[in-house]
Amino acid sequence: MPAEIYLNVAVSGLLTGLVYGLMALGLSVIFGVVRVVNFAHGEMMTLAMYLAVVLFSAFKLDPLLMMVPIAAVLFVLGYALQMGLINPFITRPEHSQFMLLVAIAIILVNGLLIVFGPDARSVQTSYAYDSFAVGPLIVDATKTYAGLAAIAVAAALFAFFRFAPLGKAIRACADNYTGALVVGLDVKRLYALTFGLGAACVGAAGAMLVLIIDVTPQLGPAYTLLAFVIVITGGLGSMPGALVGGVLIGMTEAMAGLLFTPSAKSMFAFAILVLVLLFRPQGILGKQLS
Amino acid sequence: MRSLLLDGVSRRVWIALGVTLAVLLIAPLIVNDYLLTILILILYFAYTAQAWNIMMGFAGQLSLGHALYVGLGAYTTAALYVHFGLSPWLGLPVAVIVSALTGACIGFLAFRFRVAGVYFAILTIAFAEFARIGFDHFGWVNGSSGLFLPVANYTQSDLWNLRGKPVMFYYVLLFFTVAALALCHALLRSRAGYFWQAIREDEEAARSLGIDTFRYKMYAVVLSAGMTSVAGVFFAFYYNNLFPEQVFSISRSVELILAPVIGGVGTLIGPIVGAFLLTGLAEVIWEFLNAFGFDPPGAKQVFYGICLLFVVVLLPDGVWPPLSRALGLAERPDAPDDKPEA
Repeated sequence: MPAEIYLNVAVSGLLTGLVYGLMALGLSVIFGVVRVVNFAHGEMMTLAMYLAVVLFSAFKLDPLLMMVPIAAVLFVLGYALQMGLINPFITRPEHSQFMLLVAIAIILVNGLLIVFGPDARSVQTSYAYDSFAVGPLIVDATKTYAGLAAIAVAAALFAFFRFAPLGKAIRACADNYTGALVVGLDVKRLYALTFGLGAACVGAAGAMLVLIIDVTPQLGPAYTLLAFVIVITGGLGSMPGALVGGVLIGMTEAMAGLLFTPSAKSMFAFAILVLVLLFRPQGILGKQLS
Repeated sequence: MRSLLLDGVSRRVWIALGVTLAVLLIAPLIVNDYLLTILILILYFAYTAQAWNIMMGFAGQLSLGHALYVGLGAYTTAALYVHFGLSPWLGLPVAVIVSALTGACIGFLAFRFRVAGVYFAILTIAFAEFARIGFDHFGWVNGSSGLFLPVANYTQSDLWNLRGKPVMFYYVLLFFTVAALALCHALLRSRAGYFWQAIREDEEAARSLGIDTFRYKMYAVVLSAGMTSVAGVFFAFYYNNLFPEQVFSISRSVELILAPVIGGVGTLIGPIVGAFLLTGLAEVIWEFLNAFGFDPPGAKQVFYGICLLFVVVLLPDGVWPPLSRALGLAERPDAPDDKPEA
């Protein structure tokens, strides 16, 4: 095989990986602050993907433009979920929180199955088959837009946590729960806000991903797992780690699909997960576990 | 052993258990084929629930990948039967050993490298996914095109080869469910049982008291894995077809933990009660929806999800602890499983 093929596949994996990274960023932000693992993460993303499909097929609205309203819908959903259901669970044992989110995941997957049926749905944009030629490289236009959009959303989130007073308040909650309560922060509301932001990330990622792959209800659990693999690889709770992990897993999957068989590609992602869990449990960019 | 089996159980509980068992023993003579299939499903979940409960309920190690052990048990016995005509009863020990060894490997890696809590749960999912993809490409068991057991219309049940009518499967499962209950009861009052509960409540404290936590966690994983694979044998010979995509899927693993969570994690009777409640209620709802000509795929699962949500939110200890108090069947105060997880 000529070398360009490898390069092309690597670039394609990188761009898809950025979208994966944005999805995982949502999981990482939620875990980093609220300390709850969102077991319904992939299911939330399929919900966003179906929203994009419906908006496109009914009103011909481009998913890339609808990214913002879809993220907003997911934000509200995440906020409500944290306020209504998860907040009372933050002091409960881990497995209890896990079960709560498993229940939400089951309801989401099968709710989507009832509404949309088991068949794959897709979005056919006018630029679906466009591509850019960069030197010897041929880069898929859709993936480029999606990758760039993922970077933009991630950058906005970084800026929010770095500079906005609200973002700083959320970081204070993450650093010291009791301290945040003492200085008078409304921790429960900030937690809800964080869960909303995490859900918005995954909503935006879903709107982008629907351009790249077809959506079925069963995609949910698979993407929940993928998000876990990415954040653990990058470092659970680390924001740059999620993006790095996303790119790493995206490129690994693309390469494994090229060199072996596409059906075995997630095996490599899981192999990375197992190695990271055993030898660097804090992840590539995570802080040393105490 | 006898004292282990009889300790800490009040007479009322014995009578309740005895009556339930008697009803279950004569049930196949009364119920129709449809109800029998549901009873089989209930017993299947009651058995796997107890096996999972040893690991999570007793020793506090959350596994979300138990479909792995069901699948290994199913594939091992089915492949041995299809390829060599080996009776499932002879394949059973092989299946248990394969599963127990796999469990031992996962446990060893996880506990040696201190993978705990959420990370441990995700590791168990990862290994189940490994198996799913691996079996998809495993030619000896037909990979993703599925492994099929020969079926025929049986007039006579062949217990030795587990070929026959549902009623045979029913009694086989009933035997295993009761055996599992007796084993769990004995375990809870054994040395290992107390060590497990100490580890569950506070691993650091358990270790400082001199408990070899690594070894006892390993025992829990190996035992739970081995027991779960027995359910796999049943699964293979009852359904007669195995697809990696279905057998090892994460929803299988989740399905398996619903009954113990709803019934009461760490309790003795809870997992069984959970299986009855969940499967029974799901069938009632299913029939109800059918009667109105509304049976979309996924409706049953949505119902499972809602049940789980309600129980987790409203009854954090599961259905059995409050139910047993209401029925006056609560265990004696000194009994270890009186106080489920804090």
